Amino acid sequence: MNPLIPLFVVIPLAGAFLIMIIGRFVKEFNKYFASLILFSLALISFYFLFITRENLFVYKVGGWEPINNIPIGIYMVMDGFTAIVVCIINLIGFLSAFYSISYIKRYTSENYFYALFCLMIAGMNGVVISGDIFNIFVFLEISVISSYALVAFGVEKNELEASFKYQVLGGLASFLILFGIGFLYWKTKTLNIADIKGAFSNGYDKTYYLFVQILLLSGFGLKAAIIPFHAWLPDAHSSAPSPISAMLSGVLIKAVGIYVIIRLFFNMFFISEGMSVLITTLGTLSMVIGVFLAIGQWDIKRLLAYHSISQMGYVVMSVGIGMMLISKGVRNEVAALAIAGGIFHLINHAAFKGLLFLNAGAIEYSTGTRDLREMGGLAKAMPVTSATSFTASMSISGIPPFNGFFSKLIIIIAAVMAHFYLLAALAAIVSIITLASFLKFQRYAFYNEDPNKKKNSIKEVPFPMLFSMIILSIICLLLSMLAFPGIREAILMPAIDILMDPSKYSSQIIGM
Amino acid sequence: MIAYIMCFILFLVGLYGVITRRNLVKIAVSMSIMEISTFLFFALVGYIDGGVAPIVDPADPVKTYVDPLPQALVLTAIVIGLATTSMLMAIIIRLYRKYGTFDIREIKNLKG
Repeated sequence: MNPLIPLFVVIPLAGAFLIMIIGRFVKEFNKYFASLILFSLALISFYFLFITRENLFVYKVGGWEPINNIPIGIYMVMDGFTAIVVCIINLIGFLSAFYSISYIKRYTSENYFYALFCLMIAGMNGVVISGDIFNIFVFLEISVISSYALVAFGVEKNELEASFKYQVLGGLASFLILFGIGFLYWKTKTLNIADIKGAFSNGYDKTYYLFVQILLLSGFGLKAAIIPFHAWLPDAHSSAPSPISAMLSGVLIKAVGIYVIIRLFFNMFFISEGMSVLITTLGTLSMVIGVFLAIGQWDIKRLLAYHSISQMGYVVMSVGIGMMLISKGVRNEVAALAIAGGIFHLINHAAFKGLLFLNAGAIEYSTGTRDLREMGGLAKAMPVTSATSFTASMSISGIPPFNGFFSKLIIIIAAVMAHFYLLAALAAIVSIITLASFLKFQRYAFYNEDPNKKKNSIKEVPFPMLFSMIILSIICLLLSMLAFPGIREAILMPAIDILMDPSKYSSQIIGM
Repeated sequence: MIAYIMCFILFLVGLYGVITRRNLVKIAVSMSIMEISTFLFFALVGYIDGGVAPIVDPADPVKTYVDPLPQALVLTAIVIGLATTSMLMAIIIRLYRKYGTFDIREIKNLKG
């Protein structure tokens, strides 16, 4: 029992209520308080990243101890993989909240904004640390309902339309997930992820098992915007206020989509070859189609949103390759490499895509437009935005020594070693097209002549926005250290160990 | 078994409505139908023929009780469903004020 684990949910939930109540009477309270609580959460998550390592901490809500080794309470679990994702959520959350201090002045009702922001963080933290599949659903709904509201925060035509699409598809996903949970409960009479694994180990009906897997994969795939479930993502992510876009693209689709898929398919279901082929195919499709959809975009934020689909494709594909090798039971070291590449790219994507959306927000803040054709020559007027967005663009296109290079390299090496030469070639080609698309972004936004000749009116953005962008670009550089021995063993390996060994997670939790 | 099939048909009715209706409010109603079919499914999962409400009676310990956990889950899910439905209706009202129509074919600013 580690008493610090529930703080990840309790602090932001309590923060949201305090912001709504005290923020009405005390001016300026909301922005600094939101940043403060997210900063404290980021500190706690780093503490967990350093102490977790090979350990696994469980918190039983309400102190309900298991009876005859059957868990009856709600479990909150902290292991190596969870610690990494919690770190991402709270760190990017803190930087986005700090960025909002100046950015959100263009909107009214700041109290609602910060309260919803805290609720979204509470939901995502809850999804990630929950060890109980129904609680995953509850926290998922908390985070997505607040994100529906945040997408519509501008209440103009585009924002409302995007939010409506997002809600209809998000609602459909929730029902599919709920059905999947119902079917799981019907057969196993338990909701604990570790216990479900144990209940299925005595044999199961193959067709039924496959049906549940497909229901959950399509439900969480819709939340993660894997192609062919991607239709809502570009609208929703481009219409939201920029710090929220950074949160949605950088964190939300990972925490409630990719993370849950990886957790369920490695630690709850038995890995089967059919499902791993399906997951790899979906990942490859997202990777290739996402980048082709992105290349024709002129709206900065739509371009970035389509790249999110493509980059998530890398993660899903390489995790799928890992699953395929595990299901065959051969060459476990290559499978570990593929999963390492996927998780490493997931971390990197949070950093550089968060940064790119903050850059897009800074450009919109200064010039008032998101269309690449209407800007130009910003490199002189906005040197810091230009430099940081260059860092992020090089990271996402995989140029050394930035972090994206190392994760893509690991993914391609793993694909070659597993003899999936086509997938390795596709990954390399998609990376080149990404580079082309981001060179276009750099050239049109920062280096071309300004078509409207309004240079004098454009100024660099205020300090809080600059601070967040600079910190994120430093993180982009520092994350490449994760590829080197020593740091890799300390941070990435515990996450891979828990995923590689099919029974480790459940046996450790059931024993507690 | 017939109850499960009816519940699945209800889900499909809702899905059909979401796909084919062009009125925003009717889409919201279809979403609610789908939601209710999932709730029904949960209630059916916990049902045991001849079971009574799970209030333990010390005088008669051999009674058959229905499974109370799915009922608790459904209550939670209903509360969540209330939040999503009201959120959806709020957005629909705002959309009507901006566009002056409920027709989804007229609401197509975002493309590409």
